[in-house]
Amino acid sequence: MAAWRVATVVETVPETVHAVTIRLEVPDWPGHIAGQHLDLRLTAEDGYSAQRSYSIASAPDGERIDLDVVRLDDGEVSPYLTTDLEAGDLVEVRGPLGGYFTWEPADPRPTLLVGGGSGVVPLLAMLRHHAALDRPSGMHLVYSARTAGDVLHRDELAALASGPRAVTVTLTRDAGAAPPFRRGRVDRTVLAEVGWPADAAPRCFVCGPTPFVEAVAEALVGLGHAPADVRTERFGPTGG
Amino acid sequence: MEGDGTRKIVNRGFRGRRAGTAVPLPPGQYLVEDFPVLSAGPTPSVSLETWDLTVVDVDGTVTRRWTWPEFRALPSEDVVVDIHCVTQWSKLGTRWTGVSLDVLLGDIDTTAEFALVVAEGDYTTNLPLADLLGGKAWVAYAYDGDDLEPEHGGPARLLVPHLYFWKSAKWVRGFQLLTEDTPGFWEAVGYHNYGDPWREQRYWDD
Repeated sequence: MAAWRVATVVETVPETVHAVTIRLEVPDWPGHIAGQHLDLRLTAEDGYSAQRSYSIASAPDGERIDLDVVRLDDGEVSPYLTTDLEAGDLVEVRGPLGGYFTWEPADPRPTLLVGGGSGVVPLLAMLRHHAALDRPSGMHLVYSARTAGDVLHRDELAALASGPRAVTVTLTRDAGAAPPFRRGRVDRTVLAEVGWPADAAPRCFVCGPTPFVEAVAEALVGLGHAPADVRTERFGPTGG
Repeated sequence: MEGDGTRKIVNRGFRGRRAGTAVPLPPGQYLVEDFPVLSAGPTPSVSLETWDLTVVDVDGTVTRRWTWPEFRALPSEDVVVDIHCVTQWSKLGTRWTGVSLDVLLGDIDTTAEFALVVAEGDYTTNLPLADLLGGKAWVAYAYDGDDLEPEHGGPARLLVPHLYFWKSAKWVRGFQLLTEDTPGFWEAVGYHNYGDPWREQRYWDD
């Protein structure tokens, strides 16, 4: 599991002004569970290398993997990935990594996904996998973005929201937020409305910047959800 | 591409940003200035009224127990250390105040060679006892001169800076002494059992 593999960039797709979907083909990829991440390594001509962790955005699909990389202007790795990387390029990856922040398709319980910013990426993998398998258990995504232009995969999210799946997008910096978007922050009211009552014992996955995760996890516990049912993944503004 | 299957990859045009410091970092790490937070669940709300720190010996007996005032009355020290997270960030020169594990465990007569560190929310992590003793580990209650914030593990967390930082369990509540090693929370789901950043022991099989 720790071995580095050489992945080929199949294509790069601009997703928003700041984010790019990077589609990789990884020979001998052992397969992943939705929610897992990988390490990606870039190497300069003089041998200097830098590695970062990225959540996998795609549902398990053989040797194909999608990453959604958001550009951090002062980052070291993301500017290269979002600007310079081209189809046919090779990058090194290893994984899949992380065995806790994962959605198991066999889990019959309803699942609440709450993502802030690019924290939606591992949750997107869960929603995609849920849809691909057409699982009957409920899965609701609450996604907080700054503006409508920052929403990743907005058309696909609309398509995924059917049957047992629902998607709510809240915009924090968009005064003109109009349906299907809501305006404001993901607070207790939103979570109570979109989620399940605590006695339904949903599995909750929360991912995003630290203050977002702190606030959402605290609100969920405040609504009566068992802390052990609230799984979190946090990232700071650094990482680039 | 032959032999061991590794292949020299060069990402043309990638310059990277060499660390602007003379201090070498463990392999694969990069420097941060802020202090990222990583936890598997909600930040627990810990009451100092009921807080205690316990040491359970190999036979299951509670051999030591401190309440918060008792713990804070123990001799403590300031330490300035570099910390390395398995998610690849390193932070240099972090300043903590805490009680050395030599103070907490030093005078216990035990046959144990391992410890399972137990924290709020059933979080655990395992280490050889030798890695907790000899001036290598602390239970820290202050960071940079201020009370340790809850999201960083307050009121008190373990600090074992020579290993990847997940070993430095937040919200620590006790030590279970063991004769046999028992994988903790992350160690059971893919992370290295020991976690030496200088040998880049991030994951199983590293």
